[in-house]
Amino acid sequence: MKNSLRRNKWLLMLLLAVPALALTYAAATNQLGPDPADALVSETGEWTIRLLCLTLFVSPLASLLRGRSSFKPLPYRRILGVATWVYGILHLVCYAAFLLAFQWGDIGAELIERPYITVGFAAVLLMTPLAITSTDGMVRKLKRRWKTLHKLVYAVALLAVAHIVWQIRSDAGEAIVYSLIIASLLIWRLLESRRAKS
Amino acid sequence: MLIKKPNDIRSSEITSESVYLNRRKFMGVSGSLLVGGALAACGKTEQAEAKVIEPPSDLAPLDFSAVEKSTANPFFTAEVLTPYADVTRYNNFYEFGTGKDDPAKHASALTTNPWQVKVDGEVAKPGTYNLEDILAKNPLEERIYRLRCVEAWSMVIPWIGFPLGAMLQQFEPTSDAKYVKFETLVRKSEMRGQRSFSSTIDWPYEEGLRMDEAMHPLSFVATGLYGREIPKQNGAPLRLVMPWKYGFKSIKSIVRISFTKRQPATSWQQIAPHEYGFYANVNPEVDHPRWSQASERRLPSSLFEPNRIDTQPFNGYGEQVAGLYKGMNLAKYY
Repeated sequence: MKNSLRRNKWLLMLLLAVPALALTYAAATNQLGPDPADALVSETGEWTIRLLCLTLFVSPLASLLRGRSSFKPLPYRRILGVATWVYGILHLVCYAAFLLAFQWGDIGAELIERPYITVGFAAVLLMTPLAITSTDGMVRKLKRRWKTLHKLVYAVALLAVAHIVWQIRSDAGEAIVYSLIIASLLIWRLLESRRAKS
Repeated sequence: MLIKKPNDIRSSEITSESVYLNRRKFMGVSGSLLVGGALAACGKTEQAEAKVIEPPSDLAPLDFSAVEKSTANPFFTAEVLTPYADVTRYNNFYEFGTGKDDPAKHASALTTNPWQVKVDGEVAKPGTYNLEDILAKNPLEERIYRLRCVEAWSMVIPWIGFPLGAMLQQFEPTSDAKYVKFETLVRKSEMRGQRSFSSTIDWPYEEGLRMDEAMHPLSFVATGLYGREIPKQNGAPLRLVMPWKYGFKSIKSIVRISFTKRQPATSWQQIAPHEYGFYANVNPEVDHPRWSQASERRLPSSLFEPNRIDTQPFNGYGEQVAGLYKGMNLAKYY
């Protein structure tokens, strides 16, 4: 049992590395089109929000499966969370490196002047303490405070939605889909906590 | 307005298709060499480069007078041309979807023959014109222009077409015509982007120009590029090319031209008036809320050599067009 959990965790990590490896391969073989910087930034951003949705889906899935299935999703949440952060960092680095060529003055100006970039940056920033405190040792050390700290993920989710909605131009399709997913995942938690109190 | 017309072009000066092809071959080979040098281990790249470089032969070659290749000629630039593959596979044409590769994937569904253009408003010869009749009156010429997108990327494209002013004059606008408005085709059955439930564009896509802008010698109607008919994803069969304005002003697949007394509303202005103005002249000083306009990525760009260049006022056509906006506050009329 324990061995199969460990194996599954490794499999999940490998799976989560696939998009990053595929993008690296596409970039190295010149398959990202005439504006590869833009392609890389949008792809890494897309994967970040997808993984964030997946991470937030673990708890509702666990309670859905409780008593109905022997599959326990909770042990995989940490890996999904850390992967979200990794893709968020990749998104940020691709943006700073390839779109702005590490021109710090330009990056600073963009951060201040463009609110959609400000909130996106804040979301990645807020994920960082969560990633750092994701080790077993940190969980033990922080005890109850760990849970409080990791509620930051809800702020991250809201910032991510703002980051996407702010960028709507000629089509709101994707923004609507992600907003609905995140909203329903957060609303589920609200209802759940209310039920736990009563 | 000092515009030197490239008059008296001798047939010996006309750039043949083979010159384009040779140029492209050269670029293809040099491109592969560059990539090959950087990624010696990867043998597939050369093949990929060669595959996308040729214009498809189902697009008819056009008969046109070549642009005079002189640096004093505003209709020409000696800057490196953006490869055909990039010009035709990286497009904003939301009628076919919002992805850059959507138009190339989905525009083949569009029927461009027969094609008619409705002309109305303040004009002596209103009516519905067949495309052939418009083309018969307007001899084709070549222009090599910079194209600057509001998203901060740019290309250099050899267009084939005719001056916008010449075409508009054939409809005989009256003295009341102060503006001219253009509309793109609406055909949901063939344009899948127009079927999107979540689109913020109220079709048809509309654009407009002040009459003096429209009559300016740089204003151009393109029916071809790289010596052949214009591909559908680039706005076949008839599109504007306004080289000193952001790309969205260069409306594609035009079906209606209206001459108006008042400034017409344009699509982007209606969606986000604080982001997109009526004039939309390229201006590095006036930032768009989403993108700094101070610089641009000249495509094709690469990750470690992004080909980032400074953006020029009026996209480098200031000498020709700045006079049109004399006394106007360009930060207010963006």
